[in-house]
Amino acid sequence: MSVLVVVERASGAVLPVSLEAIAAGRHAADALGCELRAVALGGEAPGDVAAKPVDEVVHLEHSLLTSYTADGYTAALSTAIAELRPSLVLFPHTYQVRDYGPKLAARLGRPFLSDAIALRVEDGRLVLVRQMFQGKLRADVVAVGDGVCFASMQTGAFSADGLADGEPKPIRKLEVELTAEQIRVTPLERFRETAGDVDLSAAERIVSVGRGIQDPDNIPLIEELAKALGAEVAASRPICDNGWMPLERQVGSSGQTVAPKLYLALGISGAIQHVVGMKGSKTIVAVNKDASAPIFEIADYGIVGDLFDVVPVLIEALKE
Amino acid sequence: MEIVVCLKQIPARDAVLGLNAAADWIEEDDLSPEMNEPDSYALEEALRLKEKHGGRVTALTAGLAEAASGLREALAKGADRAVLIEDASFRRTDPLVTARALAAVIAREPFDLVLTGLQSDDAGYGQVGVVLAELLDVPHAAIVVEVEAGDGELTVKQELEAGWFQKVRMPLPALLTIQSGINKVRYATLMGIKKARSKPLERLTPAELGVGLDPAQRIEKLYPPSRAKQTQMLAGSPKEQAEALLEKLRQEARVL
Repeated sequence: MSVLVVVERASGAVLPVSLEAIAAGRHAADALGCELRAVALGGEAPGDVAAKPVDEVVHLEHSLLTSYTADGYTAALSTAIAELRPSLVLFPHTYQVRDYGPKLAARLGRPFLSDAIALRVEDGRLVLVRQMFQGKLRADVVAVGDGVCFASMQTGAFSADGLADGEPKPIRKLEVELTAEQIRVTPLERFRETAGDVDLSAAERIVSVGRGIQDPDNIPLIEELAKALGAEVAASRPICDNGWMPLERQVGSSGQTVAPKLYLALGISGAIQHVVGMKGSKTIVAVNKDASAPIFEIADYGIVGDLFDVVPVLIEALKE
Repeated sequence: MEIVVCLKQIPARDAVLGLNAAADWIEEDDLSPEMNEPDSYALEEALRLKEKHGGRVTALTAGLAEAASGLREALAKGADRAVLIEDASFRRTDPLVTARALAAVIAREPFDLVLTGLQSDDAGYGQVGVVLAELLDVPHAAIVVEVEAGDGELTVKQELEAGWFQKVRMPLPALLTIQSGINKVRYATLMGIKKARSKPLERLTPAELGVGLDPAQRIEKLYPPSRAKQTQMLAGSPKEQAEALLEKLRQEARVL
C-alpha cells in the first residue's frame, strides 16, 4: 500500500497546487500508515520536490513527455502505477488533470473522485468530500471495490504551509515505453490573451455580479455602486460568457484571482469555480435572493434579498 | 460530418433541494428537469458544425424517462435524431458507468466527432466526456473554447488556468468537451418544434446494450455545507439592510 502524488510543474518549478496535493498525500499516507511517493513527468529531475516530506520521488523520463499530452501522460502513468502499485493516486485539480485524469482512471477501470475539498481516513477507508449541485450540498464519496483509487484535490483544500524542506530524498528514474504513434493530439501554441489594462488583483474594493443581474441593461447600476464605493467591477463566469462584461473582469478559476479588502458579491451563488478566485478577500459581503446560496458560507456579511432592492438604497446611502 | 452530442437533464438551477430518507441523495420527486447548461453549448456547437460542414447530429442521453424532454428540445433546435438510454439509476450513478452506456450506443455506428459539455452542474464530476474518449479509443481535448474542423482533422483552442489558452490539433474521429460560452445558444423555433415530432427518438435500456450498472464510486452521505465563517446576516427592510451594512463596513471591518 502506498500513496502516489502526481505533481504538475510549470517551467520546471513545482506549482503551489501540487505542494497542496503533497500535503494531502502526506495526511493520507500518515493516516493509512504507508509510504508517500511523488511522481513528476518529463523535463528535468524534480529537485524541488525531493526536499519535501515524501518518502521517494519518481521521475518518469521520456522525450515524448516534454510537452503535455493526454495520450503520453496516460500511458506513462499507467506504467508507473503498474510498477509502484499505489492504493491512492492524488492529483491537484488543475485544467491539465481535468484533461487526462478521467482517462487514466478509465483505462484502469477504477474510480476518479474528482475535485475534492477534503480527504480523511475512517477505519482505514478513504473518504473524499466533494461539492455537488453548485455547492448547495456536500457529499462524502468512497471508492467501490478493490484496487487503486484516483482523486483530485481542489485548490486550497490542504495548506502547503506546513511542508518543511528537509534532506533531499532520492529521485528514482523510471523509464517508460512510449512511441510517437501513441500520441494522437499535437500541442500547438500556448498563449495568453490580452488581459487589457484591468488588473483586478490590485483593486482594494471589488463589486462583483453574477446571474442575479438578469439583464445586461442592469450593469450600469452595478457600475454606479462601484463608483460610489471606489471599487472595480467584476463578474462571475456566466456574465462574461454572455458578453455582458469583458472577460478580463472575470473572477474565478478561469479568470483572475483577487484578494481585495472588500469583495461585494451581488447575485452570485458561490459555485466553487468562482469562490477559488475570491475567497482570499479580507471582507466578503454577499447579497442573494436564495438564503441557501453557498456564497453565504464564506461571507462575513450577508443580505438575503433582491439586489435590485438593495443596491439602489446602498448607492443613495453612500451619496449622503 | 457524423456528430454525436451527449446531453444530460439535471434539476433546475434554482430548485430547492431536499434530502432523501437515507440522506445519501436528493429527494427527486417534484423536481423539474432542465438541460445541463454546458451541454446546451455542446449541442449548439454540434449544430453549427453540421450547418458548416454538412452531416448529421445525433443527440444522446443516459437518463430517466423524463430526460426525453431534453432530447426533444435538441431535435427542435436541429438535431436529426435522438437516443435515450433509460434507467432510473443514471441520475446518481458514477461517470464511468454513464460513459460505458454512452459508448455502447456511439460505438454501434461510425462517427466523426463526439461532443459533451465539460461538466454537469449537478454532480460536477467533469469526467464523462474524457472517459468516453478513452472507451471509444479516440483522441480528445477537454474544456474547448473554439473549434475549427479541417479535412479529417480538428484544430481546437483549450482553456487553461488564469487566462491562458492552448491550441491543439488532432485527427478525426475525436471527442471534445465544450466550455460554456463558446457560442450563443439558439432557441427552438415553432417550426423546429413541429418538425421534431417526426424525428426519430430511440429508447434503449442498459440491458439491451449489455452494459453493467455497478458503480466504481459511491456517495455515502449528502449534507448541507457548514459555514466556514461566522456570517452576520443583516435583516430588515432594504434601506435598513443597506445602512447596517455600511455601518459594519465602516466601523467593524474598516474597509470603507
